[in-house]
Amino acid sequence: MKAAGLWIAGLYLALVALAAFAPDLLATHDPLQTDVRAALQPPSGEHLFGTDQSGRDVLARVVHGAARSAGIGLLATALALVAGLAVGALSGIAPRWADAVLMRVTDILLAFPEFLVALIVVAVLGPGGANVAIAVTIAAVPVYIRLARTQTRTLRVAEHVEAARILGVGRMRAFIRHVVPGVLGSLSVLATIGIGSAILAAAGLSFLGLGPAEPQPEWGLMLAGGRNVLGQAWWISVFPGLAITLTVISATVLGRALRARMEGRAA
Amino acid sequence: MTAVDVQGLRIAFGDRAVVDDVSFTVEPGECVAIVGESGAGKSLTARALLGLLPGGASATTERLLVAGTDAARLGESGWRALRGRRIALVAQDALAALDPLRRIGREVAEPMEIHGLRADGGRVLELLESVSMPDAERRVRSRPHELSGGLRQRALIASALAADPEVIVADEATTALDATVQARILDLLRGIADSGRAVVFISHDFAAVRRVADRVIVMQAGRIVEQGSVDEVMRSPRSDHARELVTASTPVPRSSALASGAPLLRAADVSKSFDRPAVVGASFVLRAGSTLGVVGESGSGKTTLARMIVGVQHPDSGALEWISPQRVQLVHQNPLGAFDPRWTIGRSLREALQAAGVSRASRAARALELLAEVGLDRALARRRPHELSGGQRQRAAIARALAADPQVLVLDEPVSALDPTVRQRVLDLLSRLQRERALTMVFVSHDLAVIAAVSDDVLVMQDGVIVEQGAVADVFADPRHPFTRELLAAGR
Repeated sequence: MKAAGLWIAGLYLALVALAAFAPDLLATHDPLQTDVRAALQPPSGEHLFGTDQSGRDVLARVVHGAARSAGIGLLATALALVAGLAVGALSGIAPRWADAVLMRVTDILLAFPEFLVALIVVAVLGPGGANVAIAVTIAAVPVYIRLARTQTRTLRVAEHVEAARILGVGRMRAFIRHVVPGVLGSLSVLATIGIGSAILAAAGLSFLGLGPAEPQPEWGLMLAGGRNVLGQAWWISVFPGLAITLTVISATVLGRALRARMEGRAA
Repeated sequence: MTAVDVQGLRIAFGDRAVVDDVSFTVEPGECVAIVGESGAGKSLTARALLGLLPGGASATTERLLVAGTDAARLGESGWRALRGRRIALVAQDALAALDPLRRIGREVAEPMEIHGLRADGGRVLELLESVSMPDAERRVRSRPHELSGGLRQRALIASALAADPEVIVADEATTALDATVQARILDLLRGIADSGRAVVFISHDFAAVRRVADRVIVMQAGRIVEQGSVDEVMRSPRSDHARELVTASTPVPRSSALASGAPLLRAADVSKSFDRPAVVGASFVLRAGSTLGVVGESGSGKTTLARMIVGVQHPDSGALEWISPQRVQLVHQNPLGAFDPRWTIGRSLREALQAAGVSRASRAARALELLAEVGLDRALARRRPHELSGGQRQRAAIARALAADPQVLVLDEPVSALDPTVRQRVLDLLSRLQRERALTMVFVSHDLAVIAAVSDDVLVMQDGVIVEQGAVADVFADPRHPFTRELLAAGR
């Protein structure tokens, strides 16, 4: 049962990846091609997911939106991982006062709901795909910083690091070889779980019109685009919504499995 | 009436039998020890007596009588009526076995309440006094973390005795304790047997067994390989495994003790404090080519002293003066923690070689040579630390320390976590390395028998102070300080 869930999640994410890298294999229509005569058509043989108000093929837009929608979440997670590692590790070896300053800033960010932080950041930076990625990164990064700092502090005085130092391995070298990879391991575990929520946050910002602009295909944006005609043409919103939901669930399922494996190995 | 009667016990995980064809009896007033190394099946056998096998394990017996009750086909509710009331367990880790949030008095009263017995304060106090809990009236109100390891073990024994069971099962109940504390708990268990109860004593340590048990059952790989009276088995063991275990737990003092050697290190009035003084006014001499044993109980400052010799910590006052520059290496207490868990053993060895200045081209070959030197298969170079056994890990840690071609090796409790026969082999390895490489060694241990077997000179530490020092033969033959005498008595 569990294995079946993993397979389904894996297959679905493979499909999303295929859509992101080779959308033309999955969708034959042009996602930007409008056709007023074919507006608001329900799903049919010609348009599997139907068409939207401008007569654009919803399937093509969902497929072509994969790169942007999933990509922003992935990018934000990767950025949070790298920034969290850098700041957290620095805080872990910094003098007490610098550590205190960094931690208080982190505490302030942590005091607000993640989505609110992202919203404020994107309000300052202005709308756009890249800005949404930055906003989600900033909202997610405090948790990474915290973990990286704690892990750095723990590993710095770990027996195996001390053992390396006694053998004559230099301080810097021991830090880079033994401490940083260890911290990175813990952060990757956090990131595998974080990808899902990052994708969701990015889609949320797009839904509010703060992400990529029309006519770019993006799931959150499409979800918003169909909400006024939800009564007559449910397919415009439901299919991109389904794509978001399945991606987040699949990423979380795989993330959890990955974490279980990594923790099993470390134990 | 026989207290415990087991015939044909078999415990299996699926099809794999881990205990097979185990039969023995224990009479009231008798202490029977089950001895074996890790994985011998002795703990599982003990748990089967209590109906407490781990999930996935199934037990079958021809006969299982516990205090006259047929327990062979007992359901969980039947076991509950038996456990605590007729047979009780004293576990190894008292800190884990006692509820951290509950006061000792409540803990001791609980078995009585469960079995519907009178559980007033007077009875609890009586029980605590029966296990010689000092200051029992106050301890009733203590929580487990407020007690020392020895007192916690006493509290655990008091709660095992609470519902007046006929059988007490002690599973490695004294293993984690310091020697002098261990001796006192063993005497307490002996007293419990003398008062007419049956005691089943699980241990890997023949020295403890000799002190407490009447009869001994030796297990290996799930089977009984020998049983008999303790005297008989220790004097003339018939099976190879029993002989090996007996030899390993009674190390003979070093025969070729080094009479003299040029001083290599002079310590003068060395002190070091953390929250409280760890080492106070230590003065001693380390002689070239000799082994200096440092013995003491937990918290005696022996590890701090060792770390100062290595140079990881510096004395607050006093001086450690090397007569000539020496390459000093440390072998950690816990080899599992001392290796990077993500790295293979080979990579860790190559790192050590690199730090020692060995050229890149010859590192891989040197790493394999080091493994061979400590008697490890070269295939282990590709394994990670957690994939090795305890003995293999300790050998690997020694190999890594040798990478820097040290002249002095400081070993912090290098064999404490090992089974007796494995311990003996690691000690043999160390003595061979010392011969071949002309190593000077500092050997830290809480175990006087081990210290006696490896050392030329010995420092006895108590509360940070070296209370006695000298040639190991002299100190053992004629201990001056009361603490040394107590330690020696505990080991007998």
